Amino acid sequence: MTAFSTAREIRDAIVTGKASAVEFARAALARIDQTNPTLNAFNHVVAERAIAQATLIDQRRAAGATLGPLAGVPVALKDNLCVKGVRTTASSKILDTFHPPYSATVVDKLESAGAVIVGKTNCDEFAMGSSNENSAYGPVRNPWAPDRTPGGSSGGSAAAVAAQCVPLALGSDTGGSIRQPASFCGVVGLKPTYGRVSRYGLLAFASSLDQIGPFTRTVGDAALALSALSGHDPMDSTSSPEAVPDFTSALTGNVRGVRIGVPRAFVAEGVDDAVRRAFADALSVLRDAGATLVDVDLPHARYAIPVYYLICTAEASSNLARYDGVKYGHRAATSRDETLTTMYSRTRDEGFGAEVKRRIMLGTYVLSAGYYDAFYLKALQVRTLLRQDYARALEQAEVIVMPTSPIPPFKLGEKTDDPLQMYLADIFTVSVNLAGLPGVSVPCGFTEGAARLPIGVQVIGRMFDEATMLRVADAYERATPWAGCIAPL
Amino acid sequence: MSTLTVEDVERIARLANLELTQDEKQLFTKQLANILAYAEQVQAVDTTGVEATAHVNAQGVERADEPTPCLDVSEAVANAPDAAPEAGLFRVPRVIG
Repeated sequence: MTAFSTAREIRDAIVTGKASAVEFARAALARIDQTNPTLNAFNHVVAERAIAQATLIDQRRAAGATLGPLAGVPVALKDNLCVKGVRTTASSKILDTFHPPYSATVVDKLESAGAVIVGKTNCDEFAMGSSNENSAYGPVRNPWAPDRTPGGSSGGSAAAVAAQCVPLALGSDTGGSIRQPASFCGVVGLKPTYGRVSRYGLLAFASSLDQIGPFTRTVGDAALALSALSGHDPMDSTSSPEAVPDFTSALTGNVRGVRIGVPRAFVAEGVDDAVRRAFADALSVLRDAGATLVDVDLPHARYAIPVYYLICTAEASSNLARYDGVKYGHRAATSRDETLTTMYSRTRDEGFGAEVKRRIMLGTYVLSAGYYDAFYLKALQVRTLLRQDYARALEQAEVIVMPTSPIPPFKLGEKTDDPLQMYLADIFTVSVNLAGLPGVSVPCGFTEGAARLPIGVQVIGRMFDEATMLRVADAYERATPWAGCIAPL
Repeated sequence: MSTLTVEDVERIARLANLELTQDEKQLFTKQLANILAYAEQVQAVDTTGVEATAHVNAQGVERADEPTPCLDVSEAVANAPDAAPEAGLFRVPRVIG
């Protein structure tokens, strides 16, 4: 047994006494040490804390206590999730020295389920980006091809799971930031229904879109993690009181008669040939498993990119107003005759990277007098139409499938000069956040050629019906060899 | 077609409390103009009578207005770049020039 096992295998090995939590923690820490010089997936590692937590799990077992569903499972957290006393930067210079005075609700939930936190993962600054190149601590590299991006913004968490540093990592998904890097790194990435998981302790980017979710190597582990993470939290009034089922019990392997919607017109254009082929193969696998494919139409999905970037930047411009050099983080030097306003402006110019500034500027513009109606309000109205498209489609079908990304992992530096080109690659993920729906990306094959690059397919469910979505994803995983494919690192 | 000038960018930067360099102003003028030109396509959608969705769980959430435990002052100022912890205060440059 090593850290290469799934979360479920690790937990079972610890419960039955085949291995200790400390052994798994040490294996994870060793693998991080070995791979991080290449991947840069971790911003910081909390080795002592991890060993102490693992020791507690082993002591609890020795004392005959009941162990939680994630007992002894090494976990990595995206560096925009607060852990009390543990440096949390959101990969931004402006929070370089921040040590949160409290932990995110998901962190408390993971730890009460027995998980062992081993470190904080690199990401795009404040989760703004699709390639992890907007980190103040340098880009993460793709474990399948180190000259390529792992995707973003949760690139470090995806790479950490793909490189088998940990079987489980958390990310946040505002417009695809879990699903797209999962697709690029050949792992499973799940964005829950909006409100399923508490956002308390997540450094906010766009509050009406942000959700926290897991990266794993199997759909089974994603279901296990989702059960542990979900539930109403008084600290997040947008978290839902909806009952939380045991998602693992939904994984029957049977999709006979399940109606799967395919938005053929939406996925007809702008999709790379290798992705198109892998997606067509995935549809065949699902049909052969007994599912019924039905055509669905999402006529407003073509507006998803502009709608998303108008709304998320507006929310970001408001959320990031709190970084002002007063309460935490970086503060710029000012001379005696300069005022508070100069300190604010200079601190923000020194502390934020280019993409964050661009989004704050865009958001401020679309909320400003004279532009609010034409851009922001209009985007909120088109969001309603898009939501209605999905609601209609999800009456005809129980889930919808489409590629996660229109392109395979691209080369580092390939899109950094043109922000709009980077945004356009988010076409298949952003609409899911705008509609509030759950989505999961699972590996569905590889490109052909010298570099074998992962491709992902996305299953989208009805509001709060992650169970059916996971059942389809799991059945697909069982029928294909992809979950067993390991990055050659 | 929206046109964006350097003066527009300077105005937005003031609203957003961002002290941009000359290079950043030039770059953002070009890049934001590009993005806005692309985003203008939403204006072609007929949204007559369509409600705005600011949030997918729009139901009102209320709770009793009662004091609950919160961070104590020393924890609240512990991360400040300049504070007077003994007084429980953040220190800032002067407010009026």
